[in-house]
Amino acid sequence: MGNVIGIGASPKRKEDQRFLTGRGNYVSDIKRPGMTAGVFVRSPHGHAILRGVDKSAALASPGVIAVLTGDDVKTDGLGSLPCGWGISDAKGVPMKEPPFPMLAQGKVRFVGDMVAFVIADTPEQANAAAELLTVDYEVLPSVVGVLEAVRPGAPQLFDDVPNNICCDWELGDKAAVETAFRKAAHVAKLSLVNNRLIGNPMEPRAAIAEYEPGTDRFTLWTTSQFPHVVRFLMGALVLNIPQHKLRVVAPDVGGGFGVKQFHYGEEAVITWAAKRVMRPIKWVASRSEGYVSDRHGRDHVTEAELALDETGKFLAFRVNTLANMGGYLSTFGPNIPTNLYGPLLGGVYTTPAIYCNVKVVFTNTVPVDAYRGAGRPEATFVLERIVDVAASEMGIDRVEIRRRNMIPKEAYPYQTPVLVQYDSGDPMGCLDGALIAADVKNFGIRKAASASKGKFRGLGYSTYVEACGLAPSRFAGRLGARGGLYESATVRVHPTGQVTVMIGTHNHGQGHETTFAQIVSEKLGVSFENVDIVFGDTDRVQFGMGTYGSRSLVVGGAALSKATDKVVAKGKKIAAHLLEASEVDIQFEAGNFSVAGTDRIKSFEEIAGAAYVPHNYPLEVLEPGLEEQAYYDPVNFTYPGGCHIAEVEVDPETGTVTLVNYTAVDDVGTVINPMIVEGQLHGGIVQGVGQALFESAVYDEGSGQLLSGSLMDYCMPRADHMPMMKVATHSTLCTHTPMGVKGCGEVGTIGSPAAVINAVVDALSHLGVTHVDMPATPNRIWRLLQNASLPVAAE
Amino acid sequence: MTVQISFTLNDRPTTVDVEPATLVAELLREQLNLTGTHIGCDTSQCGACVVHLDGLPVKSCTLLAPALDGATLLTIEGLRSEPGSNRMHPMQEAFREHHGLQCGFCTPGMLMTAVALATEKPTLTEADVRHGLEGNICRCTGYQNIVVSVMAGAAAMNAAKGE
Repeated sequence: MGNVIGIGASPKRKEDQRFLTGRGNYVSDIKRPGMTAGVFVRSPHGHAILRGVDKSAALASPGVIAVLTGDDVKTDGLGSLPCGWGISDAKGVPMKEPPFPMLAQGKVRFVGDMVAFVIADTPEQANAAAELLTVDYEVLPSVVGVLEAVRPGAPQLFDDVPNNICCDWELGDKAAVETAFRKAAHVAKLSLVNNRLIGNPMEPRAAIAEYEPGTDRFTLWTTSQFPHVVRFLMGALVLNIPQHKLRVVAPDVGGGFGVKQFHYGEEAVITWAAKRVMRPIKWVASRSEGYVSDRHGRDHVTEAELALDETGKFLAFRVNTLANMGGYLSTFGPNIPTNLYGPLLGGVYTTPAIYCNVKVVFTNTVPVDAYRGAGRPEATFVLERIVDVAASEMGIDRVEIRRRNMIPKEAYPYQTPVLVQYDSGDPMGCLDGALIAADVKNFGIRKAASASKGKFRGLGYSTYVEACGLAPSRFAGRLGARGGLYESATVRVHPTGQVTVMIGTHNHGQGHETTFAQIVSEKLGVSFENVDIVFGDTDRVQFGMGTYGSRSLVVGGAALSKATDKVVAKGKKIAAHLLEASEVDIQFEAGNFSVAGTDRIKSFEEIAGAAYVPHNYPLEVLEPGLEEQAYYDPVNFTYPGGCHIAEVEVDPETGTVTLVNYTAVDDVGTVINPMIVEGQLHGGIVQGVGQALFESAVYDEGSGQLLSGSLMDYCMPRADHMPMMKVATHSTLCTHTPMGVKGCGEVGTIGSPAAVINAVVDALSHLGVTHVDMPATPNRIWRLLQNASLPVAAE
Repeated sequence: MTVQISFTLNDRPTTVDVEPATLVAELLREQLNLTGTHIGCDTSQCGACVVHLDGLPVKSCTLLAPALDGATLLTIEGLRSEPGSNRMHPMQEAFREHHGLQCGFCTPGMLMTAVALATEKPTLTEADVRHGLEGNICRCTGYQNIVVSVMAGAAAMNAAKGE
């Protein structure tokens, strides 16, 4: 059967050849005959009444084909962008859900809000015409921070959303928490900010739309992590295009990190416009345009309190968070700071009572939605920071306080007080592994060496759990999801025995073409080279929910596994007929069907051939062909976790924090391809380090201008910011996914911010520093040192 | 108004008419259909568009097309083990071997920078590589495997030279 490469191997990636030779096929690489260029005109104001748009000069400009505005959207009776989650407050009152028009109507609510779409023969002509558009704005004061937005007298974004509060959400037993606090020997308190981030996949968003009058069909090529969901949301809910008349293709996509998993207004506008102008239209965002239109992430202001007994055991945890939604509700927006945040506040600890209140707030900023980790990094950061604060205040070692409160391995499955039940895990094992890998016992020597150079060295821990493979549908539905969270796979065995898999997840760097081929190679015994994975095209793939929330292997892989089982089951029926045996006597092993205890055997290829050339085939009881499909809706989330240890050196002269060592031991369940998992961990960690040390989306209060609006002002981690990281896995198997997998795409980003900030605080603790907000930039640290209660000096 | 320019592109003599304001990255992608050179930003920060101009790495989004007249340009599509070969360059092989890429978008620019780095300095330290890649941003890999790949690729280039 050739080269079977199965679970646990690290074959080189199938997708690499095309990327290494410049033959990837990204949306911006595609050209269509007669293609025009589209440019969005965006609001330069954070908050303004839109009095009108004068199109005349733009329309008279050379090459211009059309200029479309919110009025045209209204005239055509189109819907607004739907929100995929509807959350409610404790009394069951649904969130305020103002419409999110695809082109602004009546008001603009953030810098970057779309006002008009200009279509011309060339991008240069479209850009020139966009400059000629006269937009009449009546500028209003903007509010960009959540604390400011809920204050009395703050600018109001929507008439029917008092105090800009979309929803006042809560989770947990408030009374039990209050009782526990009254009994506490110690209460640790912490106020913190989880900084607003911009995802910055290296490929800017882009889209091409085409309408074929002969078939009345639309095609949209878009930089999306979930083309079927775009087809559903855009076709059914925004543009009223029947699903079978709409093809959505997401070809090679240059990174997503969540930012490309929403249905964006640009997609709807360009698809609608393609029919109006009867020519294909291409839009490619510039990076700067991405900064004011890609959905942002995080942006919380939080007050947390942890109650402990005299031995350092956690009694209760109380968290009050204001979460920024930006100017409108994006696809998953309200779900992120609520359902993906509150239930993770238990972390890896046995805290018996937890209460969380989240006020979800509108502001004049880019809408906020899921960004790598989505809700779980925020929960981990609050919890792992306050654990350090408590340890410091009570004089307990930071590792020891974690050990005293950790869920023991044998206590799994473990029911937390905040909805979720962890199926498996071993936080202590991850911690022990990380302590050794990070050489913590010799930290003192390294700290002294730093001190001798006048530098402060610090060590920081983060032990975390996350929830991924978002599901099951029934549970998600109770939490307000308006869609299902299953996945689908079709395994098409060709007459020659080669295999094409059509899967509903999307590959944008995660190596699915390799990992999924390994699963098929192992399960069907076919050559790794003979398996092709198809994704990202609604005309080729049956259905799918796409890739986000580390769900691809967890949910998509399970669907694939289930579909291969069906192929084997049908193959056994065919083999039984051909081998004149009873079906129960047929066994399938290493790519061969055989009669147990005999030498009668048929290869996988022979069975495939018989299925398509049914000269001797059980037609009376079985259809020809060998193609099976499965949908898989998981029974629970999966719960990866781990321990991250960061080591930093702070230069008191400049405030510069240098990450000098980084160690991660993660529990991601079964590892299908160790090389790819390691790569995912590396990438995730650096995104978290980016949040901790460098990245922040900064707005100007009042004007609503985004001050960090390009790669010149928004500091992305670069190669020389990082040391060599040590990553390892310490896996317990998921008890309910078919292969025991848990997911690995986000763990790095979830574990790392707290580890890094805890290390920075540790480095500065001798100066009385108890907290540092992210990002710990040189300027922030330097100011902190100037204000520190003790003189700046090395120990 | 267009100007005519002639240059060597991936070992082939090329003559094109371009608008004087055309950037090299646009010329390659839009006029010459060489879409391996990517555009990832508008501030010359990301490095996805790096090509070799007369043997030196340049960000093709900051270079006007008329500057190519008489020059030699190498893009990712022309990167080979040796001229005329169909085999990948040792640096490309090293990126594949050491998982130095994920989504692939920054990869062409990374490779062009890496080849230039290794050509300029035959014995690269990890610090040299990290410093040398400062102008190329990757959001996927966390750089670790890119650094490993560049060092391995440089070693392979040296070995090939010594043959």
